[in-house]
Amino acid sequence: MSLHPFAIELLQFFLLLGLAPAFAGWVKMLKCRVQGRTAPGVLQPYRDIRRLFGKDIVLAENASWLFRFTPYLVFGVTVIAAGIIPLISVDLPLSATADVIALVMLFGIVRFFTALAGMDIGTAFGGMGSSREMTIASLAEPAMLMAIFTVSLASNSTSLTQMVSVMAHAEYVIRPSLAFALAAFIMIALAETGRIPVDNPATHLELTMIHEAMILEYSGRHLALIEWAGMMKLTLFFALGIAAFCPWGISTGGDIISLALAFGTLAVKLMVGALVMVLIETGLAKMRIFRLPEYLGSAFLLATLGMIAFFILE
Amino acid sequence: MTHTLAAQINNLLAALILLSAFALLAQRKILGLVHIFAWQGFFLALSTAVIGFASGEHHLYISSLLTLGMKVILLPYILYSLVRKLKIHRDIEAVVNIPTTMLLGIMLVVFSYHLTAPIRELSNLMTRSTLAVALATVMLGMLMMVTRRHAVTQILGFLAMENGLFFAATSATYGMPMVVELGVALDLLIAAFIFGIFFFHINTTFDSLDVEQMAKLKETD
Repeated sequence: MSLHPFAIELLQFFLLLGLAPAFAGWVKMLKCRVQGRTAPGVLQPYRDIRRLFGKDIVLAENASWLFRFTPYLVFGVTVIAAGIIPLISVDLPLSATADVIALVMLFGIVRFFTALAGMDIGTAFGGMGSSREMTIASLAEPAMLMAIFTVSLASNSTSLTQMVSVMAHAEYVIRPSLAFALAAFIMIALAETGRIPVDNPATHLELTMIHEAMILEYSGRHLALIEWAGMMKLTLFFALGIAAFCPWGISTGGDIISLALAFGTLAVKLMVGALVMVLIETGLAKMRIFRLPEYLGSAFLLATLGMIAFFILE
Repeated sequence: MTHTLAAQINNLLAALILLSAFALLAQRKILGLVHIFAWQGFFLALSTAVIGFASGEHHLYISSLLTLGMKVILLPYILYSLVRKLKIHRDIEAVVNIPTTMLLGIMLVVFSYHLTAPIRELSNLMTRSTLAVALATVMLGMLMMVTRRHAVTQILGFLAMENGLFFAATSATYGMPMVVELGVALDLLIAAFIFGIFFFHINTTFDSLDVEQMAKLKETD
């Protein structure tokens, strides 16, 4: 029995919506275990979101429509991005509407509005967070595009589904270009999702927070939506990395059994990927903010080297 | 089958050599530079051995062992003990800031790719595509010599250039004749002793290994 492509698309939306908190919880649990602390359990993010939805919103007097609008936009755009990245199947109707450049732009929209909302209230922290976020983004985005373009070169397409189906069936060869691109992608994914060594997702210390500083004024369901979108973004970056660099096991049609298998492999890959990220996060200290341009510059260099290596060596 | 696999492994090693050349440009600490240089020599030795295996030119094994002994063990050891003796662990000042140097480096890689493109068309060796990497390593070594002020870093740039030349020889013609390679190895060893002596002299005369200090030697006004 096989599913209609639109049914797969819907399934993918619900999969991401439902599983992103569990994934975030898994990351948090692993991190606690590795650092020798007591872990809160995988389901804690669900409880957090439910608690936040139950709370009242506290709005600043001078908050404009922008501030109230941003959480819904952030949430909506992140969900749309989930329709573009192949999680379990490459047979996605929505994917034809947007390629990988549009995907990066979607994340750009999210960041743009979050930064505006951070400045909207007029507190010092919001402005500081926005300014830092945009500094990082302006350096991370080109590097991210370069890393993805290296995969595009190898698969002759910028459409994600096309890339995935080519890469999933490519014969096994050693590709230095992809190794470089993967290294660059990991560095950028850490920056884009606000993890150590770039940002610390757990801190509310004034001088070090970046993403948290922007959303400091949010409360209630607004905060719930933003947090949920943040978890989805984290999951999506992992999914994007998996789709671009190790898509083996993904389903090409709508066959239910192959979809289930694809879901199983995705879950395993996500768990392993989370472990890698937790080890990186535990092994490194947060970088000084003035060293970040160098860090992101190296990521850009690696991505560019990957692209050059593709032309020279392959 | 083994041929294509060897070519792939060689490509991977070439990519790592290129990466280490960039790492040399990015590294600020002298001991870090020595480590990266040793790694570059290791990749070079490995690549030479792989080419020797795939092409059947067995004298390449000897060059590979020579590289391993000289560039991975002996030269880094000499530099390491020099750095320890002269107490120069501090960060090094670069003339141009590091991200700019990196961008220049990328341009050099593209340039050498274009320069070697005709040779790539003519050659039918399995190593033809790595020639661009070899030339790029030479140029990056040169860039390092130009953009760094410290005498030890300049020597490391010079040695990285030599690595590039050696790699160019193996990838363009499966290595130079044995006599030439032995001669080059001996020269390098002598060079190591000479620059060791020079470091001591520069250090005692100027109290620093910053080559900017040598501008004092100019007889102006």
